[in-house]
Formats: sequence, structure tokens, C-alpha cells
Amino acid sequence: MTDKKKRRLMIRTVILAVLMAAVAYTLYASLTKDKHAKIEVGDMAPDFVLTDMQGNKHKLSEYRGKGVFLNFWGTWCKPCEKEMPYMNNQYKAFEGQDVEILAVNLDTQDLLVKKFVDKHGLTFPILRDKTKDVMDLYGVYYLPATILVDPEGKVTDIVVGDLTEDRIRSMMESIRPK
Amino acid sequence: MNDVKCVCGHVNPQGTVLCEACGRALTEDAKKENLHDMRYEGSARRSQTYNKKFIDKVWNFFSSVKVGIWLIVITLIASALGTIFPQVMYIPQNVDPAQYYAEQYGTLGKIYYLLGFHDLYSSWWYLLLIASIGVSLVICSLDRVIPLYRALKNQRVNRVEGFLRRQRLYGKSTSETADADFDAVKKRLKEKKYTIREEDGNILAEKGRFSRWGPYVNHIGLIIFLIGGMLRFVPGMYVDEVLWLREGETKTIPGTHKEYVLENKKFTMELYDKEKDKEVYEKALERAGDVVKNFQSDVVLYKRDTTKTLGEDDKLEKVKEAEIRVNEPLKFEDFALYQVDYKLDEFKAMSFNFLKKEDESIKGELTIDLFDPKEEYDLGNGYKVELLGYYPDFKGFAENGEPQTDSSVPNNPAFLFNMISPEHPEGEKSFTAIRQTIEPLGETEYKMTFAGIETRNATALTVRKDLTLWILAVGGAIFMIGVIQGSYWNHRRIWLQRRGKDVFIAAHTNKNWHGIKRELAQVLNGTSIPEPADQQDDKKNIRNEGGATNGGSSETKQ
Repeated sequence: MTDKKKRRLMIRTVILAVLMAAVAYTLYASLTKDKHAKIEVGDMAPDFVLTDMQGNKHKLSEYRGKGVFLNFWGTWCKPCEKEMPYMNNQYKAFEGQDVEILAVNLDTQDLLVKKFVDKHGLTFPILRDKTKDVMDLYGVYYLPATILVDPEGKVTDIVVGDLTEDRIRSMMESIRPK
Repeated sequence: MNDVKCVCGHVNPQGTVLCEACGRALTEDAKKENLHDMRYEGSARRSQTYNKKFIDKVWNFFSSVKVGIWLIVITLIASALGTIFPQVMYIPQNVDPAQYYAEQYGTLGKIYYLLGFHDLYSSWWYLLLIASIGVSLVICSLDRVIPLYRALKNQRVNRVEGFLRRQRLYGKSTSETADADFDAVKKRLKEKKYTIREEDGNILAEKGRFSRWGPYVNHIGLIIFLIGGMLRFVPGMYVDEVLWLREGETKTIPGTHKEYVLENKKFTMELYDKEKDKEVYEKALERAGDVVKNFQSDVVLYKRDTTKTLGEDDKLEKVKEAEIRVNEPLKFEDFALYQVDYKLDEFKAMSFNFLKKEDESIKGELTIDLFDPKEEYDLGNGYKVELLGYYPDFKGFAENGEPQTDSSVPNNPAFLFNMISPEHPEGEKSFTAIRQTIEPLGETEYKMTFAGIETRNATALTVRKDLTLWILAVGGAIFMIGVIQGSYWNHRRIWLQRRGKDVFIAAHTNKNWHGIKRELAQVLNGTSIPEPADQQDDKKNIRNEGGATNGGSSETKQ
């Protein structure tokens, strides 16, 4: 009889385990499915090719060995406008230290971008993502968004919202090749 | 060692109420009953019997139908609460839901958001509730179907008198012609498709036993349905996205891993035309005004080489051209694109006349593509217009006087022009918005006047992929089979026994008592065995004729 009970207990344990595993998986899958956060810290940064204002192509993977400060922005976005001059300052400060800024712009109209770049005297490459494919690839939804890519091509930080100049400096410092 | 040995020698599992073999009442309570509860044949529901290990406690919790029903009630209440404020997919995009609910609906909205009601079907506790219902369904069913199956399989023809007496339909009589009567009844029962088993001259006639499995088949269907729902969370199984496309635009189709790209050639909304369409519609059209005849997107589907890095190669392979109408989606691979929404007459380009105010003479005309404006427009003869500022979604001026734009979508375009003429080689400045012209640096000699607008339509398509559909269909079909099985057949049993000259007859059905009574009347007609009495009628007098009201409830559990 105890054998029978042991067997019953085992069957119950197995059934409950299977059910709990199914529930756990469903919960996990549904809580992580969030469309707007497709990449995570620690992931390899998805590769892309975009063209800048001068017509030069930039491929993210070709920046291996350098830290990449990947910023998503639009001319109509006020917080983006606020942090742009800071980025410009820090870009100059880190010149020659293998930290790149790639600013992915999401405007449709070239003119707006050009005027904006002229107004703020931006010197780092402005990549045009008119189709918003790269924005979607990175799961960016709110602007501005900044993604830090280390020299190995790994995402080390994702920040949504505008940044102070100090923050930009320490972020760039963190991806500087040692 | 807790198993119960019946007087008849059969060993029953602990918790058995009625001996599986002979039907003897094994508990004191059952012995006192006037009528036996035959719902589970008096078998031992496993979970009620012992309560030792943690696993057993969990098992017992989910095995309770009371718990199951509470889970369903709570889920229903939660679902109802989730309709008080709009779900998150129906609030404006690009706003922070946390802020939106608090601003729109106050404290209640804040609580609503914090508890996850705004995205109910994805909130963890709601999923947990649904999952618990699933678990409860599995365990409740297992805990009941196995003992029930055992009890029905093990039942013997011979039952003790006490068992027969406690059936709802029961009769005792004496007969001199029992042999002949039994033969006649047996024959008639066979004609009525009963399965007859005999032991020591006693008869057990049974039919429709499989209808007892109906509720469990139904539960299997439900569980398959739930599994189908669960699989929607598995990546690649389910896609439900929206794609907005203006005429002339080409965009990647979301959910296809950047593999497919769609171009919108043209969107048309066609109305019924009183002149052209059939006369039959005339009255309806007069009453209703404009009636839409067709929404249609003419599109081209392209495929992208996904082995290449995104953006590296702009070449797209054309797959096909298609016309998408309501209920006529474009299908490719496992995807389908459905017409779901539209926007007519979005601004595309604006035309202006370069005018001398004095004599209203037109010095030139220019058209500005709102999606790709140029820095300057040379009109010839020394006339030129420079676009100093472009504000596609103009929302007024900032404190420092700078014009503000809300987005790069040309909903309300505004321009800062520099008008260069032979008289003014440096140019005159004019700020022009819709129905508004401002000359910020003083009166000008020339002006830009609005000459026309070019619009285009936009279409919205739902991108849908659902590989779980067939699982849901199978689950649904099994669900219905279970319902039919349990509803349209009854499990009927008739016990006919004799001891000397005493003849006992008892009958049980899981529903439709009226039916079994009629059947018994036909079978017993002309024999010396009287129709059994309905003891529930006699004793409680609460059910009306034949207790047919009982017929509706299937294998309801307690």
C-alpha cells in the first residue's frame, strides 16, 4: 500500500511540476514580450548600415574596437535638442580616444536635420533612419534614447530620456577601450 | 492499510462511499441516506482522502471544485473591472501610460494602472488566475474521472438491497411469473439497445455510459484551448501588429523580422454613387447619405535579403502586387495583411505664389514637398525664395519667439520664407502658416500666397500571423464533442433482481428522468413487475413530473 501511495505522490509531483513549468514559462514569456524593449544590456548590439548627411555609409560592426555612443533623436524632440550640445562637447573632448558618437536621426525631411545640425554646429556623424527600421531593430520607442556599445560590440547601457553633460562624459568614459 | 474491505469481499480505496462491487453503503452517512448521491458512483475522490505532504496539499487545493469556481468568479470580476477605463492599446500612443491614467482618471486611474488593469491580459496576476483555472481544470478532472472510471468498470450485476432501495427509481414486488417476465423484459431492453449483463438470474441493463465522459472530454478540449492560448507567447507563433503607410511610402512590415517590405501605391475609399450604382440602393442612400462601397489598398510586397546587414543592400526583391480590401487580405507565408484603418487627404505638398503686393502680380510659383522641402527655390528673373525655417507640425511660438513644431509630420505646416527680389537682393522675411502670415521684420513689398495643396491618403493594415489557430480549432471541436456527448446521451441503468419471489427493480440515470421512466413503462408493460416509484417525488414532492428539471444539469460537481 505504501508503494501505491508513493507512486501516487510521484505522479502528482510530476503532473504539478509539468503544470507549474507551463505556467512559469507563460508568465515569463508574457512579461518579457514587451515590444518596446527588444534588446537588453549584455546583448550583442544588432548590426546595421546607415548613411550620414554627407552620404557616407556607417556600419556599426566596423566600429569594433571602439566604444559607440548610439543616440536616437529627432529635430522636433525638445529633450534631444537639450542634450545635443553636451554630446557635441564631449565628442570633441574624447577625440582620438576611440569613442564614437553615432546619432541616428528619425526625421523624414533632410532640410530639418540640416538646419538643426547647422544651428548647433554638430560635428559627429548624423545617420539618417528615414524608414525607422534601425529604431525598430533597437526597440526604441521614446526619444531621446541612448545605447552604449562597448569595443566588443556588446550593449552595456540603455538610457531613455535626456542626459546631463556629466552623465554623457561618464557614459563615454565607460566604453572607452582600456 | 487504509483501504476499506466490504462485506462482499471487495477491497475499496479509502474514502469510498458505496462499495464498487456490490453497492453497499460503507460510511455511516451513506447508510442514513434515503437516496444515494450517484454523481461519482460513491467512489473515493482521491484528494479528499488524505492530506500529508506539501504536494498533496497543493493537489487538494486545486482539486476542489469550490476553489475552481471561485477562481472563475474572481477572473470574471477582474475582467469586468478591466473595462472601466480603456485598455492601454486604446489610449493615445507616445504618451506615458502611467501619466495618462493618473491625469485622465485621477486617483482611481492611478490605482487602475498600478494594479495592471490597464493591460489586463498581460498583467501577471491575471495570467496567474487563468493559469490557475487551467491547473484546477486538470486536477479536478483527473481526481474525478479516474475513480469514476474504476467504479463503473468494476460494478457488479448483483447489488445489495440497500443500494437498490436508495436509488431514486425503486420498486419491490412479488411475482409468480418472474422467469417469463425477466425474459420478456430482457428482450425489450435489448431492443432498446441496452447492454445486458446477467449474474445468478439478476440483470443489469446499461446504456449510454460514454455520456458520463462528456464533461471530461469537454475539459480536455478546454485544456487544449488554453495550451493554444499559451503558445501565442512563444516567439514566432503569433504576430499582431499595425502598419501605417502613406501613398508612395515603403516600409518594413513589422513582425516579419525585417524580411518583408510593403509599398503603398494607392489607397481608395469608394462611395456608393446614386448615378452609377443600381437603383435598388437609391432609397437607402437617400436616407443614410454617404455609404462606403470599398476600402482598398493597392500594394507591392517585397522581400529583403536577411543574410545581409540591415541597410547594407537597398535592393528589394519584388514578390507580388496585390489589392487589399476589407476581408480580402494579402497572404504570404503565414502572414496576412488586413485593411483596418485609413486617413484621407494628408498634406503632401503646398504651392505658393510669389506676389507683389502693390499690383498683385505673380512673379513665380513654387511647390514645396512637405516631406522633402528644399533650401531654396529659384523662380528666375531675379526672384528666389529661401526656406529659412520649416515647421511641419506648427504649434505656436516659444517665449524667445521661435516657432515650435510638435513632430515631423506635416499636420500644420508653417514656413519662414526669405523672399528675394530684384528690389530686395537681401530678401524680405515672412512667416507663413495656414491662414496666418506674419512679417516679423516689418512690412514687406512682396508676399507668398497660398496657391494650392496636394494631398494623399494613408492606409493602416493589420499584420497577423497565428500558428495557434488550428490548436484552438481542435480544442474547440473537442470541447463541443464533449458537450454533445454529455448532453444528447444519458447514462441509464436498470437493476432487476430477485430473491425467491421478491422482485426488486431500481433504475438510475444521470439526467432526463422523464425519459427513463417512459422507457421503463414500455419495457415493463404487460409484465407482473410494476413500474418503480420515483422516490424523490414521493418523499420531497418538490420536483414536478418525472423530475425532468434535473435533466439539464450534467455532471455538475460539488
